[in-house]
Amino acid sequence: MLEIASLTVRYGAIEAVRGLDLRVGKGEIVAILGANGAGKSSTLAGIAGLVPVQGAVHFDGRSIAGQSPEAISRLGIGLVPEGRRVFSALTVAENLLLGGAEHAAPSERRERAEEMQDRFPILGERRAQKAGLLSGGEQQMLAIARALMARPTLLLMDEPSLGLAPQMVEAVFDLITELRNENITILLVEQNVPMSLDIADHAVVLAQGHATVRGNSAEVAASDAVHGAYLGT
Amino acid sequence: MELFVQQSINALSLGGIYALLALGLAVVFSIVRLINFAHGEVMTVTGYGMWFILLLNLPVAMAIAVGFLSAIIIAVLMERVAFRQMRGADVTTLLITSFAISQIIQVLFQNGISARPVAVVLPDWLTASVMVGPVRVGMVSILSILVVCLALFALRAILTRSVTGIAMRAAAEDFPVVRLMGISANRVIATAFAISGALAGIAAILWVATRGSVDPLMGAIPVLKAFIATVVGGLGSLSGAVLGGFVLGAVEVYLQAFLPEAALPYRDAISLSIIVGILVLRPEGLIPGPASRRS
Repeated sequence: MLEIASLTVRYGAIEAVRGLDLRVGKGEIVAILGANGAGKSSTLAGIAGLVPVQGAVHFDGRSIAGQSPEAISRLGIGLVPEGRRVFSALTVAENLLLGGAEHAAPSERRERAEEMQDRFPILGERRAQKAGLLSGGEQQMLAIARALMARPTLLLMDEPSLGLAPQMVEAVFDLITELRNENITILLVEQNVPMSLDIADHAVVLAQGHATVRGNSAEVAASDAVHGAYLGT
Repeated sequence: MELFVQQSINALSLGGIYALLALGLAVVFSIVRLINFAHGEVMTVTGYGMWFILLLNLPVAMAIAVGFLSAIIIAVLMERVAFRQMRGADVTTLLITSFAISQIIQVLFQNGISARPVAVVLPDWLTASVMVGPVRVGMVSILSILVVCLALFALRAILTRSVTGIAMRAAAEDFPVVRLMGISANRVIATAFAISGALAGIAAILWVATRGSVDPLMGAIPVLKAFIATVVGGLGSLSGAVLGGFVLGAVEVYLQAFLPEAALPYRDAISLSIIVGILVLRPEGLIPGPASRRS
């Protein structure tokens, strides 16, 4: 579904991602793990078209490297950005509407918004409220629901559990598993390594923009680097 | 008391025109971080559009319609021809581009028509004044207030009811995420320029109706006032721009009416000192925009 070869992302003189190769199969959850500044978020930003990239990015056999974020979104790739980035001055309903604006006719959009409000009842209760007034967990639900409004086939999720209460973290990981069961492919960037490896099919560990460890979840969990640094003894 | 009421109506009228212009600047700035100093030339184009139609002895309604449409067209053209090529450039480059557009349009009118003002003769009823109770009020002032109210309501409806309007409000907060939703950056920005042009067009029609003439530099002073209004209101804040426009209009009109004669030559200096005073107390403006709140 998604194939990345020799992906490089630069910010001026700094190389955030250096020649990354990655493959995500249909219906899989693939986790990108690593410390702060390892290049995880830059990888997602590069795939989504938010930053210029070098190298090849293919989605369903089509090259998407260098395309605009809007063009990439219309192909069925959604991004749940780090830090939620909901539109805080807009209502919950308006945030959802924008998520589906370019992907569905008005009547279909209303149906999808209702589906989201059924799936996340708190969003239904607060549909007329400004998104900036929601709690962190509720904003995360809104960010995910907003991305789902476009019915993406590939969802890029950037640190969805960051800054959330433990109960909410569990809810987010349960939701990711649910989405996979609905046949949505997930590329997950996370710092919560144990929970990510629990739900992921494959994982890659980045350090300074390079892939240092890769394999299926069990292999990555058993590797010295991950076991020592993230999973304890 | 009558003088105060009369001047308050004038303040609302002038403030409304400043508010429309400031709002036009703010709509574009909130999305592309550009203060478009060629906004004044949108006014000038409107004025010459009206002048041309009236020169052909066509009805005033047509002159107004052509002036208004030409404002939208020139604003969208500015974006398409100049600013789109500069997208992503730093603030200074964008600013210089806007000054260049402004200069080019001014010179075209100076050489193509005349450097001197040309008369835009409007019907007598439009330039007459009427008694509202004990107060004599210019028809243009009354129309200004009504038209400004209508324009503000219409803009509010666009920004809260249409998908593109909602996307524009979202873009003012976080443009990259709007693009991640699949919403076209070109469409959002072009719409912002079209709205900005429409607001400048309405302001220009009211301005020309007050002055009765148009010249190549007609938009220069109003755009400067509009810029001051957006800064006082809060750069990037749409409601701030409207408030800033009305505050500036009120300060100018009341100073003109109530300053002692000896102090009148210092009206603009006093007016700007009051504005500076407001900015000292509220450096981010009366209603800070999303950019100020983020920083």
